Amino acid sequence: MAEEVKLMKGNEAIAHAAIRCGCDGYFGYPITPQSEVMETLMAQKPWETTGMVVLQAESETSSINMVYGGAACGKKVMTSSSSPGVSLMQEGVSYIACAELPCLIVNVMRGGPGLGTIQPSQGDYFQTTKGGGHGDYRLITLSPSTVQEMADFVGLGFDLAFKYQTPSVLLADGVIGQMMEKIVLPDFKPRRTDEEVRKECPWGTMGKNGRKDRNVVTSLALESEVMQETNNRLQAKYKAIEENEVRFEEHNCEDAEYVFVAFGSVARICESAMEILRAEGHKVGVLRPITLWPFPTKEIQRLTKQVKGFMDVELNCGQMVEDVRLAVNGQVPVGFYGRQGGIIPTAEEIAEAFKAQMVK
Amino acid sequence: MKREIIIAGFGGQGVLSMGKILAYAGLLQGKEVTWMPAYGPEQRGGTANVTVILSDTRISSPLLQSYDVAIVLNQPSMDKFEPRVKPGGMLIYDSNGMTRKPTRTDINVYRVDATDKAIELNQQKTFNMMVLGGLLHVDPVVEIENVMLGLKKSLPERHHKLLPANEAAMKVGADLIVKEN
Amino acid sequence: MTPEEIIKPENLVYGRTKVLTDNIMHYCPGCSHGVIHKLIAEVIEEMGIQDTTVGVSPVGCSVFAYNYLDIDWQEAAHGRACAVATAIKRLNPETNVFTYQGDGDMAAIGTAETIHACNRGENIVIFFVNNAIYGMTGGQMAPTTLIGMKTVTCPYGRNTDLNGFPLVISDILAKLDGTCYVTRQSVHTNAATIKAKKAIRKAFENAQAKKGTSVVEFVSACNTGWKKTPIEANAWMEEHMFPKYPLGDIKDTVKGSQLSDEEKNAKY
Repeated sequence: MAEEVKLMKGNEAIAHAAIRCGCDGYFGYPITPQSEVMETLMAQKPWETTGMVVLQAESETSSINMVYGGAACGKKVMTSSSSPGVSLMQEGVSYIACAELPCLIVNVMRGGPGLGTIQPSQGDYFQTTKGGGHGDYRLITLSPSTVQEMADFVGLGFDLAFKYQTPSVLLADGVIGQMMEKIVLPDFKPRRTDEEVRKECPWGTMGKNGRKDRNVVTSLALESEVMQETNNRLQAKYKAIEENEVRFEEHNCEDAEYVFVAFGSVARICESAMEILRAEGHKVGVLRPITLWPFPTKEIQRLTKQVKGFMDVELNCGQMVEDVRLAVNGQVPVGFYGRQGGIIPTAEEIAEAFKAQMVK
Repeated sequence: MKREIIIAGFGGQGVLSMGKILAYAGLLQGKEVTWMPAYGPEQRGGTANVTVILSDTRISSPLLQSYDVAIVLNQPSMDKFEPRVKPGGMLIYDSNGMTRKPTRTDINVYRVDATDKAIELNQQKTFNMMVLGGLLHVDPVVEIENVMLGLKKSLPERHHKLLPANEAAMKVGADLIVKEN
Repeated sequence: MTPEEIIKPENLVYGRTKVLTDNIMHYCPGCSHGVIHKLIAEVIEEMGIQDTTVGVSPVGCSVFAYNYLDIDWQEAAHGRACAVATAIKRLNPETNVFTYQGDGDMAAIGTAETIHACNRGENIVIFFVNNAIYGMTGGQMAPTTLIGMKTVTCPYGRNTDLNGFPLVISDILAKLDGTCYVTRQSVHTNAATIKAKKAIRKAFENAQAKKGTSVVEFVSACNTGWKKTPIEANAWMEEHMFPKYPLGDIKDTVKGSQLSDEEKNAKY
């Protein structure tokens, strides 16, 4: 298929990518700044083309439980929301993680806590990477910094979710959701037939269909030994993900004396700050974690041997910086600059903050 | 080539769509483009603005502190963005409703009185295309034909009858724009 | 006659449906759950839908319903069964999907999911076991607990100033355009059990015919929670529960039948 370059918002890209990657169902509830995801899906009417189900639920609680129901059939299902809505989903997310079901959850973050603001934020790093619901679980967390990645990470998120039978989160900030950029949409991939779903997900609950034993999807294990075993199995899986699925991107880190660590839209602004600082003679690079969990701990440890310090920049009060500091383990200084409430720092502002904190 | 543009005004003036048309034309010319709105309730009647970047190379930050071009269509936007035009850059404004003229002398100031003209021609809906025509007359950052191609591609078929009026509006804007300093 | 002489196929007058598993039920003696499970299992066998039926179990006494019926099951979070069932049915239109919920799951924590699934007219079946008490967690007040009825969280009897009023949820669901069939049954006598089984079958058939959401409420006894013998509990149920929750069909139609074609196809 010829590549057609299109201009669209990050939120719209997610919707188109979902249809094209063979998604079976989307369940959601409107919330700014991500409502374009469902709006685009409803306008596209994929149920008439690919057969994808799109349903507006009565709440985010319901959406995530619809995702649970669909995922437990082995179907490729997703939801999208923004921070307060995602908070409401946390019960369901914990159940899905424990029941080891694949799904994709999109969070286009806005400023919190509370009802907060509809302006962009990265305040849900803790919630997503540390497990916002109850119990010991992890979520594969992909952080896009371009509209192209918004589309690409839909397919990648599903692939990883099915590979490890665990939920993936596409954690974007409002900037990437609302921004329009050039994009080449992924090629069409047909939805799996029910036979293919049964083959790929023999644990799915679409009816026994001639199977000898019934399938039961549950996250309940009242016997302590069984629940311990569930936890051991989950942790082993998370360890494998940590070993195999770390993704990051670097700019000018080869000769860097200082490295910015930032994700999403902020990583792009840090690149501009890097250009300003390089022009002034500061050897600065940028490390952009693409997977926020698993976190590029080893790469930061490697860079720690080379650099004089790290500068973490986020649209929050300092969340990912804790993981940077854990990796650095006190060996070099780690600065932090954050803005909240939907204020996006400019490259000049970040460059000044860097000089004030790092260059004494 | 890299052009960093802010378009700002009241919601309903077509600020966001003007930015989108510009970005689309840039895309058709093979440029890297970003279109980043200040989104939210201000879209509905308050102030609205959009940052459009057109570049031959990869665009890093989609949000900026200063701009090559500021198009300001109301007083609050003038107050906010006049100081943020880069020295040697360009400010384009519509004097309708403005209580204060731009004061900077280190930038090129242009006036395009599109509001009055649009009312005079009873063409209020093509107001933003007049402003765009003015911009492209003094800073031909994209080709008019690509603007028209972009419009054609982004407008639904049933609205294609409006294309000639939009093209005409751009010509009106090109004739209307005047340098003030 | 020896047992071996009696146990012969030609002498069989009643057998356990193969849809029930061999697992021993954890329910208290005297509980209605076991009978209701059996009726649902029998209907599934009689309709030949064992291979295409998916059950959604709740949180409550029947949390382990999935241990007893030999069909595919999903165990939902507390109150979310109707949302889960919605997705299963929408994504697999050929399946027969039912939820099995108690009064806390369906009418307290899951009220929103229940009402909205019914309001969308999802072609699913909701089995609702109403015993006016929280059995599993130790006998706390339910939304359906009767006025004056004692539970461990209303030890002096349900007081309307403090606790509000018993929620007659099936009547509310019957008012929604999306439901086609809302009925209240019980399984405390043979006659009632026969009627209840017919209601179960009708509910499954409605879903297959895409008529809308069917709700079958079972007014049930919880002798343990009520602190009575099974026989006392059944008598108490007849005397006190039935006046508030009268048995019989509340609604029997097709979803949206209250609306004219003009109303249904309105465009603005």
